[in-house]
Amino acid sequence: MHFADRLPEDLPQIRLEGVTVRFDNGHEALKDIDLDVRKGEFIFVVGPSGAGKSTFIKLLLKEYDATAGKIYVCGQKVSNMHRRKVPFLRRQLGVVFQDFRLLPNKTVYENVAFAMEIIEAKDRDIRRQVPMVLSIVGLADKHKLYPHQLSGGEQQRVSIARAMINNPPILIADEPTGNLDPDTSWEIMKLLRQINQRGTTILMATHDKNIVDVMQQRVIALNNGVIVRDELGGCYGCED
Amino acid sequence: MMSLASLTSVAATLLILGIIFILIVNINSLAQGAKEQFDTVQVYLVDGLETSRIETIGQDIFALEGVREVTYETKEDAMEKMKEQWQENGYLLDGLESNPLPDSFIITLNDIGFANYVVRNVEKLEGVEEVKYYQEIIERMMNIADMIRTVGLAVMFTLVALSTFIINNTVKLAVNARRREINIMKYVGATNWFVRWPFLVEGTVLGLIGALISAGIIYALYQYLHTILSSQFYVLIAAYLVSIESVMRDILILFVVIGSGIGILGSILSMKKYLDV
Repeated sequence: MHFADRLPEDLPQIRLEGVTVRFDNGHEALKDIDLDVRKGEFIFVVGPSGAGKSTFIKLLLKEYDATAGKIYVCGQKVSNMHRRKVPFLRRQLGVVFQDFRLLPNKTVYENVAFAMEIIEAKDRDIRRQVPMVLSIVGLADKHKLYPHQLSGGEQQRVSIARAMINNPPILIADEPTGNLDPDTSWEIMKLLRQINQRGTTILMATHDKNIVDVMQQRVIALNNGVIVRDELGGCYGCED
Repeated sequence: MMSLASLTSVAATLLILGIIFILIVNINSLAQGAKEQFDTVQVYLVDGLETSRIETIGQDIFALEGVREVTYETKEDAMEKMKEQWQENGYLLDGLESNPLPDSFIITLNDIGFANYVVRNVEKLEGVEEVKYYQEIIERMMNIADMIRTVGLAVMFTLVALSTFIINNTVKLAVNARRREINIMKYVGATNWFVRWPFLVEGTVLGLIGALISAGIIYALYQYLHTILSSQFYVLIAAYLVSIESVMRDILILFVVIGSGIGILGSILSMKKYLDV
């Protein structure tokens, strides 16, 4: 192994070192970010629109490249990773979106199985795993339905099941409750908490002040591309 | 529907391509044949030369560089030949009081490039009345053949590019319709090849089906034309027509390669944007 490729010792699950993202138009979406995330943490990423939340998430997924700095995810250096390795990085990261991103012409079962087919899992494993995960998210009896026959909360459960089906160590959720009413949002949060208690690290970008304040987890607040606050048991906007 | 459009476009492209190809192949064959037929220099001798003089002239000609063969043709031979060429009108020549045709040498050249040199030197020989050579005709014909070849190739390239563009757009529409699916695939960690291969297969199959359809049409068309040309008129031209079997073999190889090439290239190009996530 080349010396420059050697990983730092005692690396946390996610580490950002002096990470800057500058777009072609000169705008700096993230400025010199340092951050460590340990395995099993539950983290809220908060901040106004344009603060850099989605850039941060896209950076972890390697959809964007860092202009400067180093990023490590699950023991791999992501910042200079070859394009061909990106799919394998993403298999370590389950993703949940605000708009669910389900395939409308596939059933609940097929939508979840899809994520296993993509990583070329064995049919036998797919038949065993999918019902198991569907029962964890509480949709075992709805596996034959199509997304449009489900409520928003149920659709988000399907998308969480899809994100979790390949057992990723980290789950990234980009405003997963953004399209849901408060009661349903809490159902989803309960599910995420459950997944977190099984040992999955969760990074959740959100605008939901109530959820952040009640959950009492680590809160990272971004503003203008800088971390303005990083505290455990934090609230959404403590200075208010 | 979309695939029907690109199928038609590939088939049409290859059809025109095939027609141009056949045209070029046949013009080449015709030009080659004509070249061989006209690629001789006729040397007419002064009337009433002594046999020894004629022999010397023949030897002098044969000694020239670039001369492959020299054949002596007496005026009687020439008359026979002319009668044959005139066929049923040959009896008209029987009415002639004396044979007006000269004795002659027919020179076959190693290469058409020696023509000028040989003609210049033969003209200087004593006892030679006139030297005839169809250089201009041959050159003009070669020029025309060259032009058709160049224009044909240009048209072929344009068509292939056009067809790639159309397949490219078709697959783009297909990919666009499945944008969501591809996006999800990429987020779950699908490799580019996993996403790409179904579209690639679709593009290639489209290209191949198009190739087969147009090859079939070309076969039918060429066979029909071949039969008409060889059985009804222009027996002379038909002798230079390239056989259906050899043309079809080339065309099949050409079409399969170009058809699948257009398909593969078209789908890879059209997917590029969507894989960059």
